[in-house]
Amino acid sequence: MKLVKFILVGFIFGIVLTKSEAVSWYRIYEMFQFQSFHMYGIIMVAVLTGIIGIQIIKKYNLKDYSGAPICIPDKESSTVRYLLGGVIFGLGWALVGSCPGPIFILIGAGFTTVILVLLGALIGTFIYGVLKDKLPH
Amino acid sequence: MELIYHTWSWYISGFIIGLIMLSLIYFGKYFGMSSNLRTLCSLAGAGKKVAFFSFDWKSQRWNLAVVAGAMLGGFVATHYLSDASNVSINPKTIAELQMMNIDAPQGKLMPDALFSKDVFESPKAILILIIGGILIGFGSRYAGGCTSGHAISGLSNLQLPSLKAVIGFFIGGLIMAHFILPLIV
Repeated sequence: MKLVKFILVGFIFGIVLTKSEAVSWYRIYEMFQFQSFHMYGIIMVAVLTGIIGIQIIKKYNLKDYSGAPICIPDKESSTVRYLLGGVIFGLGWALVGSCPGPIFILIGAGFTTVILVLLGALIGTFIYGVLKDKLPH
Repeated sequence: MELIYHTWSWYISGFIIGLIMLSLIYFGKYFGMSSNLRTLCSLAGAGKKVAFFSFDWKSQRWNLAVVAGAMLGGFVATHYLSDASNVSINPKTIAELQMMNIDAPQGKLMPDALFSKDVFESPKAILILIIGGILIGFGSRYAGGCTSGHAISGLSNLQLPSLKAVIGFFIGGLIMAHFILPLIV
């Protein structure tokens, strides 16, 4: 099955985020209090690895697994949506201590109360869909 | 084995997360978790009412497979790869949390004060989790991505919009952690 490799990538993602404790409410709180380097270190090394990888992909015009050229689309340029949306996201991130990936990982780990966060996140996504054309982007 | 059961170091974890993003690019996709929320809305039939959710959700099956794998990974890591030494946060942080009546980790990933099953009996605690979720869901779609899509994928591709979004994440997070959270918890 084509989906197996994605399940496997997700599986490793779930283990790393749990074992690095990036899914932990405590780690996010500690990060926003600037009382630990741990989370900053994770993000910095991940981004550094990503930058080097993407530069290599671009420099050597690497192909993906199916032989098609890899092309990573640029993000649409704007400021309002990124800053304003970002601030709103950040408020939620620090309140419940989890971003979308960890929400799923924590539910899988058996934290049933995180289902409430998922429910909220689906409502929030739906509200965005409804208001999309009225919001400044 | 200790190496597996203890908290994984930031440099190994960060490196593997970077590789996860690159492997999804190699598979012709991208690393972005919040799009799954839109897919789930579409799956639930929101496309009939709102155009934003009217798309072929089956094209996103691969990302739902990543989610399924991540949930399984979370289960395995929590139940079979953890020990009491985990989540050893800064003692100063623990002391501050105590003042807000939030219990110390002692190996737990999440504080009981906010996430134990007692929450289901407290309207205030339920509201905190749902409102937090709404902010995350609304904000990530408005900003066009979350920690994975902007902070990891976008910054890795040197995208200025992603830098703006990440700056937003931290402005919001700092306001919540320093000014709002102490008032409501």
